[in-house]
Amino acid sequence: MIAYILRRLIGAVLVMLAVATLVFFMLRLVPGDPIAAMLADAGSEEAREAITRKLGLDQPLPIQFGRWFGNMLQGDLGASIYGSNQPVTKILLEALPRTMSLAFLSFIIALLIAVPAGIISATRKNTAADTTVSFFAFVGLSMPDFWLAILLIIVFAANLQWLPAIGYQPLSAGVIPWLSHLILPAIAIGTGFSAIIARMIRSSMLEVLQADYMRTAASKGLPTRILLLRHAFPNALIPVITVIGIAFALLISGAVVVENVFAIKGLGRVLIQGIQNRDYPVVQGAVLVVSAFFVLSNLLVDLLYAVIDPRIRYS
Amino acid sequence: MALLEVRDLTIALRADGEDTTLVQGVSYQIEPGETLALVGESGSGKSLSSLAVMGLLAKELVVTSGEIVMEGENLLDLSDEEMRRRRGRDMAMVFQEPMTSLNPVLTIGAQIIESIEENLGLSRAAARERAIELLKEVGVADAERRLKQYPHHFSGGMRQRVMIAIALAAEPKLIIADEPTTALDVTIQAQILDLMARLCREHGTALVLITHNLGIVARYAQRVNVMYSGRIVESGPAAEIYHNPRHPYSEGLLQSVPRLDQDRSVPLAPIKGSPADPFMSITGCRFHPRCDYAGPICRQTAPDFDGSVACHFPLDTQQKDAS
Repeated sequence: MIAYILRRLIGAVLVMLAVATLVFFMLRLVPGDPIAAMLADAGSEEAREAITRKLGLDQPLPIQFGRWFGNMLQGDLGASIYGSNQPVTKILLEALPRTMSLAFLSFIIALLIAVPAGIISATRKNTAADTTVSFFAFVGLSMPDFWLAILLIIVFAANLQWLPAIGYQPLSAGVIPWLSHLILPAIAIGTGFSAIIARMIRSSMLEVLQADYMRTAASKGLPTRILLLRHAFPNALIPVITVIGIAFALLISGAVVVENVFAIKGLGRVLIQGIQNRDYPVVQGAVLVVSAFFVLSNLLVDLLYAVIDPRIRYS
Repeated sequence: MALLEVRDLTIALRADGEDTTLVQGVSYQIEPGETLALVGESGSGKSLSSLAVMGLLAKELVVTSGEIVMEGENLLDLSDEEMRRRRGRDMAMVFQEPMTSLNPVLTIGAQIIESIEENLGLSRAAARERAIELLKEVGVADAERRLKQYPHHFSGGMRQRVMIAIALAAEPKLIIADEPTTALDVTIQAQILDLMARLCREHGTALVLITHNLGIVARYAQRVNVMYSGRIVESGPAAEIYHNPRHPYSEGLLQSVPRLDQDRSVPLAPIKGSPADPFMSITGCRFHPRCDYAGPICRQTAPDFDGSVACHFPLDTQQKDAS
């Protein structure tokens, strides 16, 4: 088990280093010039050169890369070349808890909807309950999350005035303010996500319910609850976890869009603003963090596998 | 009183409101502690009729008529919940595929203990003790350590021993073993069958042994029902059918397995053709297309089962010697 975890960890670190390298060079390939974006058309040729030199953009690419990579390993991601020239690390550390909170809450909401929905529709296959779940899953999948976000604001914030429409309160300000600001965006993101997971759980459960070991379990006279939750569900979860890991992408990309609707200054906002401004250090940093998110969630999936499926622990 | 009496059991596959009969008018009984063999090829209905006894038929399969009476009570009249309470406690089952019949994500111990807890109402600790005893009884060495292991640590034969331990967990009166050795190495088969026979004898458990190998039946069963195409075609004491089969199908089954009491130079004779398709209607005896002895009447009318054989021209000893 420890060897398994170590192997995964080393793999994750290598992937992160590769991602960092890729991010750096891909950003340089994107058309557009940060200096032009900063100065618009106003700057003189001298000003342009001065800034270019100041930012080190006059150096050859390998040297720029070496400097950036070395600093990155020490936790220094450079400073924004735009506006207040804040350190990128600071910008990201401010944005990260918001996006993490949002992603975490969306994930919980998605699971709360998807697990019971998936199990019910699998065990009541082709009944009204199954059709209802399928219908809502379809609606949830088809509905763009930003649109759902706007609907939620109209209903719960504008009309009913139950919840705030925009902004963010950190967890340190209390659970209720934190939750009340995040619950609407989390529902907006989580709904689509839950539809995917529910469909996956349904089909996976249907397959598992046909398995020989389910017949064995039934032959022991176990109650349905135990058959479903102890015998079927953990087995059904094995393929679903893979999808959950991959679909984590949806959560992040959902956050990018939905954060804008709810004016939450999270990673998504930082990323979009950075791209608009050709703010190399900020975009590099943000993409790096997002990829770290991915790598981490995949690592978690691998570890979860080992927890659920004993066959993996020893291989 | 018979422990289990199956009367005129008919099972059909229901699809789009149309029924296809898969098991037709099967009747048999089994006494406490007795071993009864159900023998036939795949699709002969031997597994289906046993799953019906367990109340584990798939949704599409319906019992259209008949009774399954266990200790004076018709199991088909019981609610799902009452039937569930009987499973494991009154009757248990050992399945064909040991490789897939155990849950891969639960320990062997958990899978034995849950049955003991559910059916005997023992505490976790007491159930664990009993599980260790059971594992020892079925010949799993180092039972305490093995309890914490998962199915993938066990070989096929060992898994089947675990399955037997699970079946025995709540001391049921009846165990149905559905081809328990088909998926195992030949060398293991005899071990497993011997083990089951011994345990059933020691515990006084009745055993329904489902197999397609009429050869192993004589050694383990007292009585045999030979099934073909959803019907019982021959029934009688195991030794008698083994030595003097009266139905041509029983004879065919015997000739298709090697026997120790036979000259080894005699080639095995497979039964020609393939099992009757339940979706195709066959007039007359359902075995006649594959039967060497079939006469005109076999093509027209289905023979009645007279308590021993369902055949217009049952083979008697002289006939068999002559042929």
